[in-house]
Amino acid sequence: MTAPFGRRLCEVSENRASDGYRVFSLLDRDGPEPLPGQFYMLAVEQRWEERGGRPFLPRAISVADSGPAASGVRLDFLVEGVGPGTDRLCALDPGERVWVNGPLGNAFREPREVNPGAAGAILVGGGIGIAPLALLRRGFAERGVPLRVLLGFRNREHSGGLELFCGAGAELCPEVRLASEDGHVGHQGHVTDLLAAMLAGDDAESAVVYSCGPPAMLEAVRILCAERGVPSELALESPMACGFGACFGCAVPKPEGGYLRLCVDGPVIAGENLAAVPVHA
Amino acid sequence: MPDFCGIELAHPVINASGTYDAIAARRVYGDALLEDFPFSAFVSKTITPESRTGNEPRRIWETPGGMINSIGLPNKGLEGFLADDLPQLAELPVPLIVSVMATGRQEFARLVEAVGRREEVAAIELNVSCPNVHSGLIVGEQPSETEALLDILRPLTEKPLIVKLTPNVADPAAVAAAAEQGGADAVSLINTLKASAIDPASGAPALAAGHGGLSGPAVRPIALQQLRAVVAAAALPAIGMGGICNGADAAEFLAAGAALVAVGTENFRDPRAGARVAAELGSAGSSRPAAAAVLDLE
Repeated sequence: MTAPFGRRLCEVSENRASDGYRVFSLLDRDGPEPLPGQFYMLAVEQRWEERGGRPFLPRAISVADSGPAASGVRLDFLVEGVGPGTDRLCALDPGERVWVNGPLGNAFREPREVNPGAAGAILVGGGIGIAPLALLRRGFAERGVPLRVLLGFRNREHSGGLELFCGAGAELCPEVRLASEDGHVGHQGHVTDLLAAMLAGDDAESAVVYSCGPPAMLEAVRILCAERGVPSELALESPMACGFGACFGCAVPKPEGGYLRLCVDGPVIAGENLAAVPVHA
Repeated sequence: MPDFCGIELAHPVINASGTYDAIAARRVYGDALLEDFPFSAFVSKTITPESRTGNEPRRIWETPGGMINSIGLPNKGLEGFLADDLPQLAELPVPLIVSVMATGRQEFARLVEAVGRREEVAAIELNVSCPNVHSGLIVGEQPSETEALLDILRPLTEKPLIVKLTPNVADPAAVAAAAEQGGADAVSLINTLKASAIDPASGAPALAAGHGGLSGPAVRPIALQQLRAVVAAAALPAIGMGGICNGADAAEFLAAGAALVAVGTENFRDPRAGARVAAELGSAGSSRPAAAAVLDLE
């Protein structure tokens, strides 16, 4: 699947608080429905560069959910304000327009594509990195893929987006388990504690782990999976100027030496194809 | 229809080397890229004699109105380029300009001979922002080094040779004049400005290499002044670039004496920026006189 060539303006239909995060929706009249794991380069049409010439570049944001809308595709993004670009996105007003380039990058593979003997999926998300797992979970649930979802947060301020993991009702899906470092919700500790316990079970070998989150968490997931011989699909983040292979800024080291470009070779990388999850500023 | 060194172009907007990977873009956008190609000629990323993996990350850092990059010229090397990339670039619907760089004159000669021989290549851009291994001097920072390099390369090909000028010199016009003396057909400017940023979170240099090159609209006034100085000193066609984001920006460079303009960093924000700039130049008949008026105010 290729993306429409060029950027296009999409109108903001909604922007709401979700605990410490924001969820905003764009109406994409011309784009295809994105696949879970793919991302868009986003820049607000007006008042971008408003803070002393920043943000200048568009921001790479994973799509958290999407669906058909009256005249196009609805794209939902989960964001946390951590700098001039995400701050501006968090402040979007309905009716404003956003430059959109995408959907870009590869997608999470189906469990059977990763491992022909796979019987199910374990999704592991941390912080704002839970975003691409929401769309992934919905697709798996609709297709009846057996799954568990483990989501972790640092504390109450740095959490949100759980409603994206709801089933038909408003309740969190039964397959979701939570962890928080401050103990405000779920298991007190790291989400990888939950994963380690799950991978110690007998049927862990038939699972594929899908993960996105902060680098330290992703690296812990990669190591746990490698130790247990469980394949992993890791969605990484990197500084990125263009999103379509032009700038070579999003270099990630390959185990055999050299670099891949996260925008066109990722953002989803099989754990076995990484020497380590790189730590970016 | 601009004529650039005997190459007929559909419009005056091309890309800056290293700011567009047409092969990757075709994978992302499909053949729509070819049907609606944004540039009237395509300039490749710089190729070197041997393959390079590029610099350790972090490689890019956003700055006010621009960015600093330290990519390190990742490329497949001459043989890899000729075997893998050139056949794909030859499918582009526009003339191809290949950017080359080497740290020794004989290596530079090998690149120019091998690339110049290929009929798919319309012109060669010489990236001279590199040290000469023998003298240790950055070729493009020294008029004498630049002229000496051209003396060797000029007889090797009949294809147009474009010298990419570095802005990191006191007098780029002197280097342009030396390029003309050495037999160059054109110059292009500006390359990125040497720059640093500190990561406020760590207090350390933001880029792994410590420094990089600044590009984007922040550098545009500097580029315009260097362009004016260069076209006054050398009777060569100039490709003007440096922070061009729209037709009005491009019109300023044309008014200041550029034969063509190149879009660089703006490609990152808009993959069709080249076509948009060309359309804005073509439709806004008023933008050229307006830019000329601005320049006359000095």
